[in-house]
Amino acid sequence: MLISQIPQTARIIERVQESPTIFTWTLEFVDPDVQASYAFRPGQFNMLYLPGAGEVPISIVSDPRDPHLRHTIRAVGRVTKAMAKMDVGEVIGVRGPFGRGWPLEQVAGHDLLLITGGLGCAPLVSVIHYAMKRRETFGRIAIIQGVKHADDLIWRDHYAEWAQLPDVQVLLAADVAGKQWRWHVGLVTDLLGQVRMDLDKALVMMCGPEPMMLASASHLQQLGCPVDHIWLSMERNMQCATGHCGHCQYGPDFICQDGPVFPLPAIQDRLGVKGY
Amino acid sequence: MDAFLLKSDFSRLFTLLSEAGYRVLAPALDEGVIRYREVDSIEPLKGLCDEQGPGRYRIQHGDSNRYFDWRNGPDAIKPLTFLPRETLWQSSRHSGLTFTEQPVKGNPTAIIGARACDLAAFSLQRQHFGKAPLEDRWFSKRAEALFIVAVECQSSADTCFCHSTGDGPAIDDGYDLWLHELEEGFLICAGSDPGQQILQQLPTQAVTDEQLHARDGQLQQAIAQQTRQLPEGSLYEALRTRQDAAAWQEIAKRCLSCGNCTAVCPTCFCHSQHDQITADPDVFDHVRQWDSCFNEQHSYIHGIVIRKETKSRYRQWLTHKLGSWHEQYGRSGCVGCGRCITWCPVGIDITETVRQVLEQANAD
Repeated sequence: MLISQIPQTARIIERVQESPTIFTWTLEFVDPDVQASYAFRPGQFNMLYLPGAGEVPISIVSDPRDPHLRHTIRAVGRVTKAMAKMDVGEVIGVRGPFGRGWPLEQVAGHDLLLITGGLGCAPLVSVIHYAMKRRETFGRIAIIQGVKHADDLIWRDHYAEWAQLPDVQVLLAADVAGKQWRWHVGLVTDLLGQVRMDLDKALVMMCGPEPMMLASASHLQQLGCPVDHIWLSMERNMQCATGHCGHCQYGPDFICQDGPVFPLPAIQDRLGVKGY
Repeated sequence: MDAFLLKSDFSRLFTLLSEAGYRVLAPALDEGVIRYREVDSIEPLKGLCDEQGPGRYRIQHGDSNRYFDWRNGPDAIKPLTFLPRETLWQSSRHSGLTFTEQPVKGNPTAIIGARACDLAAFSLQRQHFGKAPLEDRWFSKRAEALFIVAVECQSSADTCFCHSTGDGPAIDDGYDLWLHELEEGFLICAGSDPGQQILQQLPTQAVTDEQLHARDGQLQQAIAQQTRQLPEGSLYEALRTRQDAAAWQEIAKRCLSCGNCTAVCPTCFCHSQHDQITADPDVFDHVRQWDSCFNEQHSYIHGIVIRKETKSRYRQWLTHKLGSWHEQYGRSGCVGCGRCITWCPVGIDITETVRQVLEQANAD
């Protein structure tokens, strides 16, 4: 079911503070029919609405088979800062799901390299959950997560847990190390050489700051990864999510409908170009 | 061209459209500018002509007996179907959180005097707002309720270049009724069933060869008067590969980033959405309103503005309009109406800008 133009009401049934500015909501639609029929694909997003504040596009972090929808939100703008103050039991509006998700039907049987940077890891976390729950479907899995400061790393427990699974490699990097940082200090691209898989066959999915994705994509191709094996999740301003408002245009693409997930060849002509 | 309507019988058109249940909008002089207004006569337009140039629009009062000697005002069809500002839905906190869609009235509306460029632009807006799978119901309902009386241009303004974009001055389709003004009256034909129903009630005469010849002459004159032009085909690659051309910076020195060009552009579709308080503190209107890629907030994303500099905003506008529009909708987003040139407060000329960017980068 797609809630495209008028929001549906959803209740916050759980709230987890992930870091000083990041929180995760578990949501339940108030209308049981909507709750039962709502379905999405990893990599898609919803427009979350707070009365009086407005709407924001937020990617979905839960697994499609989970009973409830989950969103991880960073309080950075006017709407998300207001949302950060809301408690369990309060209600919001939800429109969605929108956009094209990750190409999971093409991924089965392949090794998976998942690269995220900064705090933009939410779109990819849905894939990590998806892959971990269907571990037998995939070959090796490597997760590379980079953050600016060690304190920015959320879901430490998850990473530790995933690293214990067979054929799962977790590589973490921070530009600035903090106390007890036992992983790499530096950039995500420094870690690409440590990935234990055939990069000419693996499929790569990434999201995060564009300079990180650009550098990683270029480095991966030098390591033998074919350009059409690389998928990225892009972000731009979104107001309508239905392809009409024009804000998310990225070259000829409307990210809300043609993305947010793109194969690298589709956007290579503009990735990293200032002003696009 | 089925028929000829005498000028003395033109007022019948207003009566028939009103009787058929349409709200009738026709060109009218309003604060020095010709705009579409609810009027019941075009008599005040007699002898009016618009003098247009870069950053310039003046109405001249002449003694001709023509009603459509002017070319275009700042409005096209756009504000009638894609409202400058409208409430999409309301939210209420009276009982939990509930949402109500704002009903679109979609009252039957007839617009008299749409030009070739306006029809081309309306067709582009229909493509954009009507695209599958998520049609914009607010736009579509109004578009369906529109009855268009198109009037061909008999001359061109200094800013017109519709011949170069392939959109005018002749009008081929997209109308309910079509008119071409001559000295004694109008050539007229219908382009739809509702148009045919109106036409058959009008007291028309047979068309003569002289009248057809006179129309050709006027169209040829209008074409000959157009001095501006745009290069053919998609400029996406040409502009994208020249994204660092110094010409962008030169334009940015003059561009005020005011967004006038996007407001008068009949194809520009960008809009923002926001909540607005109402008299009831627990009820909010979710409003959309025209936005412009020249506004800083247009490219805001979690604390960052993607297009901070004017040159990158101008480049975005032009690259979309003349480049990526081709990829999106199979043709250019410019219909050659010249409004962005006329209404730019500093007179920036899109055709000149394109020439500068393409020339300069080629020379590099």
